[in-house]
Amino acid sequence: MSMYHKIGTPGLLGIALLAFALSGCQPDEVQKLDDRSWQLTWSDEFNEPAGTAPNAANWTYDLGNGQNGWGNQELQSYTNSPNNIATDGEGNMVITAIRSGNSFTSARIKTQGLFTQQYGRFEARLKTPYGPGIWPAFWMLGESVATEGWPLCGEIDIMELRGQQPHLINGTIHGPGYSGGNPITKVFALTNARFDTDYHLFAVEWDADKIDFFVDDFLYQRIERGDVPGEWVYDQPFFMIFNIAVGGNYVGFPTDGTPFPQRMIIDYVRVYKAG
Amino acid sequence: MKNNILSRLMMRIPLGILLFLSLGCERDLEDLSPVSTPTNPEVFINSFSPGLIYAAFGGSVLTAFQVDNDVTYNNISTASMRFEVPDAGDPRGAYAGGTFFLESGRDLSGYDVLTFWAKGSQAANIDVVGFGNDLGALEYVTTITGLPVTTNWKKYYIPLPDPSRLTNERGMFFYSEGPENGRGYTFWIDEVKFEKLGTVAHPQFAILNGEDQMETSFVGVNKTITGLSSIFNLPDGTNQVVNVTPAYFEFTSSNPAVATVSSTGLVSVVGGPGTAKITATVGGVTVQGSLTIQSVGNFQPAPIPTRAASRVISIFSDTYPNVPVNYYNGYWQPWQTTVSNDFTVAGNSVLNYTIFNFVGIEFSSPTVNANAMTHLHMDVFIPGSVAPGRELRVIVVDFGPDGGFQGGDDTRHSTTFTAPTLVSGSWISIDIPFANMPNLTRRGNLAQIILEGGDGGSIYADNIYFYN
Repeated sequence: MSMYHKIGTPGLLGIALLAFALSGCQPDEVQKLDDRSWQLTWSDEFNEPAGTAPNAANWTYDLGNGQNGWGNQELQSYTNSPNNIATDGEGNMVITAIRSGNSFTSARIKTQGLFTQQYGRFEARLKTPYGPGIWPAFWMLGESVATEGWPLCGEIDIMELRGQQPHLINGTIHGPGYSGGNPITKVFALTNARFDTDYHLFAVEWDADKIDFFVDDFLYQRIERGDVPGEWVYDQPFFMIFNIAVGGNYVGFPTDGTPFPQRMIIDYVRVYKAG
Repeated sequence: MKNNILSRLMMRIPLGILLFLSLGCERDLEDLSPVSTPTNPEVFINSFSPGLIYAAFGGSVLTAFQVDNDVTYNNISTASMRFEVPDAGDPRGAYAGGTFFLESGRDLSGYDVLTFWAKGSQAANIDVVGFGNDLGALEYVTTITGLPVTTNWKKYYIPLPDPSRLTNERGMFFYSEGPENGRGYTFWIDEVKFEKLGTVAHPQFAILNGEDQMETSFVGVNKTITGLSSIFNLPDGTNQVVNVTPAYFEFTSSNPAVATVSSTGLVSVVGGPGTAKITATVGGVTVQGSLTIQSVGNFQPAPIPTRAASRVISIFSDTYPNVPVNYYNGYWQPWQTTVSNDFTVAGNSVLNYTIFNFVGIEFSSPTVNANAMTHLHMDVFIPGSVAPGRELRVIVVDFGPDGGFQGGDDTRHSTTFTAPTLVSGSWISIDIPFANMPNLTRRGNLAQIILEGGDGGSIYADNIYFYN
């Protein structure tokens, strides 16, 4: 999920699928990871009564249509209406994408200016929406985006999904020289299951040397400092973003067969630092 | 044509059903050995799976199905199923249709979807494809209608609405397709098999089209739950409507002392006064929609008419033969709210107008000559309360010598009834002499009776006739 994706590469999807086919996805595989000791630094459990707006101490909004559909020809207009963003009273924050004729509303919340952190573990347990043209994401931008712009600020996409492939997610980074249609990315696929039917835990563990990507604590991608073809721009605090985009270059456009409304149901968001 | 084919299919008229085992498909009869693996998922991969039999439907082109060794899925498989849809008017048959079934059933409960690849010689919508047609009870017939095929191979999915029900299924695959705009074409289907994908999600089932309906009723009234549907989200994130049978639904009554419900969704009101809510589940999934029966207990029928039939022209009764009636509810737009929920108690049919504001009954084909008659009779029953000032207006319309609506010669008279004639909870017998209908200047071409003055509640009507 980049601010200014310029994905024109028609083969991207094929490449992603190929990557999956080659790498496989074996959640049962035993992984030997370094022992880690994380200390919680920030969290939102979303346990407020139904209909509560995001805690203003934690979250702010991106609103409107953005420039050029947030750089991606996206169709939705972001609002802070409780129709588009509110707790469900069952311990979740829910982002709802709504179709009204040929227009769409949704929500995009972020911790920019309220919480940023350099390095650590960033995780969210959530259920994705689904359907052609639906593009949910849990992602981060470097806080220098305001001054340096994108992609110099760096972007870490912890989870993004194309609704027409609800069993696949991508973990991706965008930086100078490797952004838009040419990022460092890897797909993770569920076998005989989908990301929209049950909760899954999406996380990155990030330090000065690398960024590890996890689904349900399965490490499926490690990107090390030396792996990027350009500058490593991940040595500054980042803020988190959750959104559902509708349409756009990455995902294509919704069809008559796309069910609406669509919901991203976020159980919790937690951030840790290395202990 | 398409409806004809569908209804023909569903009515399973056995006439002309012809088994043509392996006609044009080169199979060893040894293939027809007993099913060794009762959970075998394969239907047609490179040939028939063991035990599979093909039967063409009656009235279809019997040779429409052939095994094709030239056009196969991605040219990987060695054979596909080819279906030749005839032109309209083809003397060999009006459509292509048949079923692939087994002599003894398979256990499909371990699968969640029937998949296959298909393409056409042209873009088309196949009328119906599905499974569960065993030429027998058709208990679990599951179909997709209007399946869109293109000239490219594409994978299709027919979700199993409740796999746990399908422990002994004989109908593996069936299809029916008529000409497209009068012209025939060819489509191919390959790699037909049951799969456990886990990526068919978000089942949504409904009865009564997902509505929560409420009905006042009586002991002895039967009503079948209709409006059954299911929707599944396919692996590509799109929704697919799947046509299902009542056998997939588990119906429940909240109060069997008031109303019972059978496994096929037949609701029988057996007691009252009281309330029973009919709900359903499919495979443990809650079904949208419900029917709340408010039984008022034993039905109080309208007085049975005693006039001699020779002196009566009946529009609606069980006592006399009725003249041809175009409709008992014209659903006149835009202002009519009235809907019909007619019921039958112990063989006695009653017109039941709910959400009643006004309603028209028409009997204009042909019109009724009531010159020999002297009165209109009807019985009405208002189950709800009668508010002060409530009116019921009975309008009789004559279409005049031209026999048609308007034309400058129509006449009508409206007769208004109020309390104390109008009462709640008892049959109200209305008799209006034509002599008291001065604005109805003729009665040689009576064509309509209109009831007005509804309060949005219900009104029953029975025994509507002219007499002398």
